Amino acid sequence: MNEATHNHGHHGDAHAPGEMEGHGSRKGYLIGFLLSVVLTAIPFWLVMTGTLSTQVTAIAIIALAVVQILVHTVCFLHVNTRSEGGWTLLAYAFAAVIVLIVISGSLWIMYHLNTNMMPVVQTGMGS
Amino acid sequence: MSNTAPEASAPVALDHEAPSFYVLDDHEHHHEPGSSTMLGFWIYLMSDALIFASLFATYGVLSTAYAGGPTPREIFELPLVAVNTAILLISSITYGFAMIAMQEGKLGGTRAWLALTGLLGIAFVGVELYEFSNLIAEGATPQRSAFLSAFFTLVATHGLHVTFGIIWLVVMLVQLGQRGLHPENQRRLMCLSMFWHFLDVIWIGVFTFVYLLGMLR
Repeated sequence: MNEATHNHGHHGDAHAPGEMEGHGSRKGYLIGFLLSVVLTAIPFWLVMTGTLSTQVTAIAIIALAVVQILVHTVCFLHVNTRSEGGWTLLAYAFAAVIVLIVISGSLWIMYHLNTNMMPVVQTGMGS
Repeated sequence: MSNTAPEASAPVALDHEAPSFYVLDDHEHHHEPGSSTMLGFWIYLMSDALIFASLFATYGVLSTAYAGGPTPREIFELPLVAVNTAILLISSITYGFAMIAMQEGKLGGTRAWLALTGLLGIAFVGVELYEFSNLIAEGATPQRSAFLSAFFTLVATHGLHVTFGIIWLVVMLVQLGQRGLHPENQRRLMCLSMFWHFLDVIWIGVFTFVYLLGMLR
């Protein structure tokens, strides 16, 4: 299916203009779905059972979330180097950088602001 | 005038050779209407991601500002969140099947999968509203603490996006019923597909950073 939608050199009416390169096969969607079920079930199981220590659990579920976001991006959103001549991937990477700067920068600055200016510091994760 | 005519035609001939730097587009020299819609919509989604980034950052900063009120561990019900996550995940795969039915030109299949996706979306919003009403009944209202303000803002913004996705989906079902799978409708369905899967990606962030990390706190 991926190849069929890719090689449309005949201006066929069956394809929408400006179509992104292929919209996935049944197999691609199923692989993405199975992976995301596993990647969702593990963090919920870790938190609900409390198998690991708090800090290890926190690191593990954040790592699993990042992996699951990438799985969704590739399998469901079909971001790759070919779609729209690579502009989709470029916009995605740019947005990801901005998102990381906004979130980590805010947390970093406000955490230090709290440390330096609040009489009582409540640490979230370590306690 | 007569001797300038050959000179004027020379640049025109060059123009036909010029666009060869566009390697990927060498088989189509004209832009069809709507050819840039997909990329434009994608850039809208990326800007929407920035809205959610600022809401996530706000929540992250305020997530321990309880003001003596309830903590995440006291008010979050993980089984309910797990159910909602499962609903949204399943709605992603049903939308995927709708896209596959569309590629195969099956109008009935497309509409059936879309309708199922819409029902799952309604179930998701319903469970979320049930959760919100429970919280508010317990006194955990947005006014109670900065933590709860940020929580309701972030989660309800996502829920509002899902609601608008459902409205869009219903409109598409009507349009498919009236006009079938013509190229414009296919393009709209692909945009909605990106929107729907994008909301699922945002939900991964919500259930990880808000609910799961909240329970560890």
